[in-house]
Amino acid sequence: MYRQLSLPLLLLVVLALSAFSTALMVGSASLSISDVWAVVRGDGDGLARTMVMELRLPRALSAFAVGGLLAVAGALMQVLLRNPLADPYVLGLSGGASIGALGAMLAGFGGVLMSGSAFAGALFSTFLVFGLAHGRGGWTPSRLLLTGVVVAAGWGAVITLMLAMSPAERLPGMLYWLMGDLSYARTPWPPLILLITICLVLVPLGRSLNVLARGPQQAAALGVDVRPLEWGIYVVASILTAAAVTTAGSIGFVGLVIPHMLRLLLGNDQRLILPACALAGGTLLVLADTLARTIIAPEQLPVGVITALLGVPTFLFLLYRSR
Amino acid sequence: MSRLVTQDLIIDVPGRQGGTPLNLTIEPGQSWGVLGPNGTGKTTLLHTLAGLKPPRSGHVKLADKPLAQQRRRQIARQLGMVFQDRQDGFPATVLETALIGRHPYLSPWQMEGADDYARAEQALERLDVAHLRDRLVNTLSGGERQRVAIATVLTQAPAIWLADEPTNHLDLHHQSAVMALMAEQAREGQAVMMCLHDLNLAARWCDHILLLYPNGDACWGPKEHMLVPSALESLYRQRLAVVEVDGAPVFVPIKG
Repeated sequence: MYRQLSLPLLLLVVLALSAFSTALMVGSASLSISDVWAVVRGDGDGLARTMVMELRLPRALSAFAVGGLLAVAGALMQVLLRNPLADPYVLGLSGGASIGALGAMLAGFGGVLMSGSAFAGALFSTFLVFGLAHGRGGWTPSRLLLTGVVVAAGWGAVITLMLAMSPAERLPGMLYWLMGDLSYARTPWPPLILLITICLVLVPLGRSLNVLARGPQQAAALGVDVRPLEWGIYVVASILTAAAVTTAGSIGFVGLVIPHMLRLLLGNDQRLILPACALAGGTLLVLADTLARTIIAPEQLPVGVITALLGVPTFLFLLYRSR
Repeated sequence: MSRLVTQDLIIDVPGRQGGTPLNLTIEPGQSWGVLGPNGTGKTTLLHTLAGLKPPRSGHVKLADKPLAQQRRRQIARQLGMVFQDRQDGFPATVLETALIGRHPYLSPWQMEGADDYARAEQALERLDVAHLRDRLVNTLSGGERQRVAIATVLTQAPAIWLADEPTNHLDLHHQSAVMALMAEQAREGQAVMMCLHDLNLAARWCDHILLLYPNGDACWGPKEHMLVPSALESLYRQRLAVVEVDGAPVFVPIKG
């Protein structure tokens, strides 16, 4: 059984490593694989060293962490809501984060203040949706989903209003943030450490999640403490998404498409799907970001455009093939 | 031993006041049939006995401890539930579905072992669905799904079976095969309680009967005392004719 799990994961690790080497080689000045290898070994000339260690590697690591966080959060939301259309943003979280970030930009703040404001906005939206859906008596997945969709629509209106009222020179930055852009990422370590920690925490919960995916009553009858588990998933998925959005803006499609693709290819065992999502989501975003900064270099595209352009046809193809 | 005992239990059926407090003792080796018209709370009763729904008042005790004070995992090792409606959120294969019956016995870090697979495969064999093992559950027919659901509980191997209309969607042959399985479980020392709509299945396979009336009244006891035509006629508001086949009464609705 462990072997069944390890082969696909091994393949995904190989894919991730090749995505990383591509990201390190390609850019304004191309490096050969041997240049990169020399830098990794500790030799290599100064310019190549700076390029790899200070520019490309941190950015690739950030991309990997954000992609992994979004894909894992999406997979968790889908199990929680037992709805294949759920994604990390379905509960209005990215809208809240966007209001926070755009508000900070309008006020002329950048850097840490903007990230903090985005994170606060994301968490505020999470609690708002949960509180409203909870109401009197407990929440149900459909009620949570509807509340989330309506709150997200509300945030959408506020975002349009803010864009309409902003001075023209601030608009490009704001639009890039809304599409998701990794040039806002400063240090890759917080999201990366979060991703690794959460994956380790989720391993022993995998089978309970499998049972929960069968419906809450069946899960309760099989010995799962459903309410605490659902709460846990909600909080974890929200924190993962908030961390991702804070690092790189709201990047679409990764959280929806990656879990689905993996389910179509690997089945629906969460013990395999969750780590596979972390690897595949990370890989996709590393590749997408490499494309985003090279296609029209020296200009950069928002990475969210690339994930959508890559993700949509791949997903539709897999769906079409799966009977 | 795992006994299921209720003390002054009144189940929580919305919009119904009062009712007879239930003081049931379901002993190992007994096979109970719950009969009553639609909407009298048969499913609610089973969910309450399984600890999935709080009672309006009274207690349920499993192995002499109140259900509300036991951990779900502990309960799931003794008590299995066949649900009436399935919620198949995400596709899973027939074998995976049966295998989740082992969930209460495995530690969080443990993967299913050869023994768990063997139990699941045996259960699928027993319910005549082994040939479907790699099919996705949502592509099966209603009756096949029902048998997979029962196979999941057989894999769980509980001391107490609560089955909500276990013969739903089943053809004649599989109806009696499933009832024979329930009777076999009871003979082996498990306790079985099932909601049934078919009086004749209850008359043939159960040894104890609980009658639930729409107003919340209830009466229970050995089947010889409960399966009396006059009581059943007032329960269902339907005139019945009784004939005897194979040593068991057969109830047939008659016009008027």
